Amino acid sequence: MSETLKRPGARQTLNVVGTRPIRPDGADKVTGRAAFGADLSMSGQLVGRILRSPHPHARILSIDTSKAAALPGVKAVITGADFPDLGAEVLAGGEAVTNLADMAANVMARDKVLYDGHAVAAVAAISAEIAEEALRRIEVAYETLPHVIEVLEAMRPDAPVLHATLFTQGLEARPEQPSNISNRTRFMRGDFEAAYAAADVRMEGRYTTRAVHQGYIEPHACVAAWGSDGQCEVWGSSQGQFMVRTYCARVLGVPISNVHVTPAEIGGGFGGKTTVYLEPVALALSRASGHPVKMVMSRDEVFRATGPTSGGVIDVKLGASNDGKIVAARVEMMFQAGAFPGSPVAAAAMTCLACYEVDNFEIVGWDVVTNTPKVAAYRAPGAPLGAFGVESAVDELALTLGLDPLTLREINAVKDGSKAPYGPTYQNIAYVDTLAAIRDSEHYKAPLGPNQGRGVAAGFWFNHGGESSGAVHVADDGGIVVVSSNPDIGGSRAAMAMMAAETLGVPLERVRPVVGDTDSIGFAMVTGGSRTTFATGLAVVRAAEQVIEQLRQRAAMLWEVDADKVAWRAGEAVCTDPEKADLKPLSLATLAERASRTGGPISAQVSLNAQGASPGFGVHLCDLEVDPETGVARVIRYTAAQDVGRAIHPSYVEGQLQGGAVQGIGWALNEEYIFDAGGRMENAGFLDYRMPVASDLPMIDTILVETTPNPLHPFGVKGVGEVPIVPPLAAVANALRRAIGVRVPDLPLSPPRILAALEAKQA
Amino acid sequence: MSKHHISATVNGDPVEFLTSSGATLLDVLRDQLNLTGTKEGCGSGDCGACSVILDGRLVCSCLVLAPEAEGRRIETVEGLSDGVRLHPLQEQFLKHAALQCGFCTPGFLVAAKALLDANPDPSETEVRYWLAGNLCRCTGYDKIVRAVMDTAAELRQARIPA
Amino acid sequence: MARVVACSDCWPLTGGASEFNVEAATVRDLIRGLDARFPGLGDFVDRRMAMAIDGEIHQDAWFSPIEPDSEVFLFPKIGGG
Repeated sequence: MSETLKRPGARQTLNVVGTRPIRPDGADKVTGRAAFGADLSMSGQLVGRILRSPHPHARILSIDTSKAAALPGVKAVITGADFPDLGAEVLAGGEAVTNLADMAANVMARDKVLYDGHAVAAVAAISAEIAEEALRRIEVAYETLPHVIEVLEAMRPDAPVLHATLFTQGLEARPEQPSNISNRTRFMRGDFEAAYAAADVRMEGRYTTRAVHQGYIEPHACVAAWGSDGQCEVWGSSQGQFMVRTYCARVLGVPISNVHVTPAEIGGGFGGKTTVYLEPVALALSRASGHPVKMVMSRDEVFRATGPTSGGVIDVKLGASNDGKIVAARVEMMFQAGAFPGSPVAAAAMTCLACYEVDNFEIVGWDVVTNTPKVAAYRAPGAPLGAFGVESAVDELALTLGLDPLTLREINAVKDGSKAPYGPTYQNIAYVDTLAAIRDSEHYKAPLGPNQGRGVAAGFWFNHGGESSGAVHVADDGGIVVVSSNPDIGGSRAAMAMMAAETLGVPLERVRPVVGDTDSIGFAMVTGGSRTTFATGLAVVRAAEQVIEQLRQRAAMLWEVDADKVAWRAGEAVCTDPEKADLKPLSLATLAERASRTGGPISAQVSLNAQGASPGFGVHLCDLEVDPETGVARVIRYTAAQDVGRAIHPSYVEGQLQGGAVQGIGWALNEEYIFDAGGRMENAGFLDYRMPVASDLPMIDTILVETTPNPLHPFGVKGVGEVPIVPPLAAVANALRRAIGVRVPDLPLSPPRILAALEAKQA
Repeated sequence: MSKHHISATVNGDPVEFLTSSGATLLDVLRDQLNLTGTKEGCGSGDCGACSVILDGRLVCSCLVLAPEAEGRRIETVEGLSDGVRLHPLQEQFLKHAALQCGFCTPGFLVAAKALLDANPDPSETEVRYWLAGNLCRCTGYDKIVRAVMDTAAELRQARIPA
Repeated sequence: MARVVACSDCWPLTGGASEFNVEAATVRDLIRGLDARFPGLGDFVDRRMAMAIDGEIHQDAWFSPIEPDSEVFLFPKIGGG
């Protein structure tokens, strides 16, 4: 079931935006024609394979590749020594800040391996069989070192230190010893200690989560060629062709403009494809062999060597008055960053209290390196962990106070004019409307059966604008081509085409949207952070507006009037000069046909750095049923409501809510990285890393709250992709608490844990 | 290493190929027959992206050795549409927005076709359990299940004589 | 003078100061002003920080205007999945 809440009396003057057309790339995707990362081959290509460390922490003493190189059919063998040494340069440019040397050392280990699965060498050969045989002939001498997986253990003074050069930043004084603690971030307001001490009611709890993987179904894949002229070609699936271009160029030390990247269709990313793993290796193998090289990861490699998100420990203290006003909050979070600094703990710190007006708080985030794969972005990076802690604690507070959990959230809800915990003042937010949407839902009023519980949780994400490009070209029959700078991961081409059609006043069928390669459209940041429909959409709309300007001028030339006497209405040029009232409107097709005689092709490209993405809020409602015999918890009903600004294509916005909710349900109930005592991942496959399947789930109902469009976007768009993964962890955990009467504070809420909780309760 | 000479039928057309003993049907479909619509998500039969219909039975082509295809009938996603008109399942997947990235979609379509061939009137629960061998990480399955249910209803309607 | 509130990531460069006033008409002016007052802070802010100017988030936007009575919050840049 899906519904949309609009502002009462809102005008509906749009023809295309808000409708549900068939997506323009749809036929390719249902017929098997769409070409994903592993679907392209280059003439003469070799197969590339990577040798990975079997140790979670070891010094590389030597690598002997001679026997592998001597194998007939092997065309290249490379190691870390084949990549340039890079300083600890920080790549600016708006994405989550990236340390270049760390990224390069993650792509191929240099002196140390830092996790089970870390790349140590690579080969290119004429067949997969030969490449795999070559890997077996590479001899690596390791000096194994003590390892550390768990975040609290990694923070201890006696923990094995991953990086001798890592000194904690963000402290009052630089520490004298290196450690695994990379950074401390703090946000505070008022006087937490005093307010907490004075509160009527105090809650305290520790909540933990495990590392989980983004779980995109398409493994990383690319094919790359290094030309004899130094010009590089990469075809592959990623969340940003320009990201691949920049990172490959910097890791390999070549000019950025020498690298040409064509974005393949991408089979899911969720943040996990916002960095490079294979592409620089494929290029280096191509340079060494003189052939194009294709590389495709196995699922085992995807789990062991690409980014999960952090596991974390979240300590929460809440103080409240008896009438439910939260007066003090303290949240301290410790996150696994994996092998290199850069967990999303800062984002967790900024988002964890973002739904609450609290005058006195302290938020502390610790970024901690561990012998696990370097974490990569995962949908609202960090926010689900912080929200899991805070929303669980708020639920406990509601139980203690005897308040309805929605009422407690309403009492403390942020609204326009509230100050976010990280600084900004909220404007044009609809969190209160989103809470009301859940309160008014049929689901909230429905009765529950035995062994069932109902959980509520809220969530926030900033959303993000940033650099994007869009082009609009008019074909000489009046057809429109829209070029987007961003890979289409969930239907954004449909949104681009719809916004262009709406702006130009043409039928959607006349608009063909494509994703440009790095040489055919201006720069853009990755598809991520819920920014594409907002920022790239803005560029497309601005380009369409420039095309309209050109069309008005061409019409003015043909009519021999001033351009200000020409209006663009419903896809036609209309002369507004009352003295020329007999002039018939000029259609887009007519103007396009005459373009060569009025100045040439009609076309515009806009590149911009979009500011003013509006934050989004979600409220989720989860009904869970527990089997007391087996401890299995099953989601039996689920509703997700979200402040979306305005949905361009409502079906795909609903899809974001549904998909995010289900990823969060998997995170809550099943998913986790499991390591053995030797620090090796034990469940690097879909059989043992259990993602939700269709039979685990009910329908996921959605409510799109459109009461508050974003005034900084022509159609009111707010980002929608990140928010829906923020509330589910706590929504599920809170439902479990209410179903079984005890709190299970550690994810995942697996059957053994639930059984143990039931037994402890009876004892 | 000697190769096997295999003859089979793919989407109604006769095909021949040479394959080693260890190659999978998925490898042959993708790398030799250029039918890249069938996807590899795990190589271990856990994700269903490589689903094909083999002699009327739904299988993961990554778990079928290529020599086993001798004399068999194989249906892939490329055979669903007649090339002009989409299959009702394809139409309904598009109408319902039952795909986001689209990578798992070929596997879901093939699995759903096998379901509707076997059971023209499945309940929601039957659809969910039949499709439990196919992983989708984008959609949460809601719109996929609806698309399959609506296709089943549409096909039942079409079977009623006028 | 704009009122600047810096999050803890900046404190090692400000000697622990979290709030101060800076004369600036644009973000670029502000970065220069921060560097003049706390050497290294301007560059750090330019590379690592986003800012909220009177409530609205700006990232990598040197020429966004700052009013004399503006409130500017500095916090880590926002990425996303």
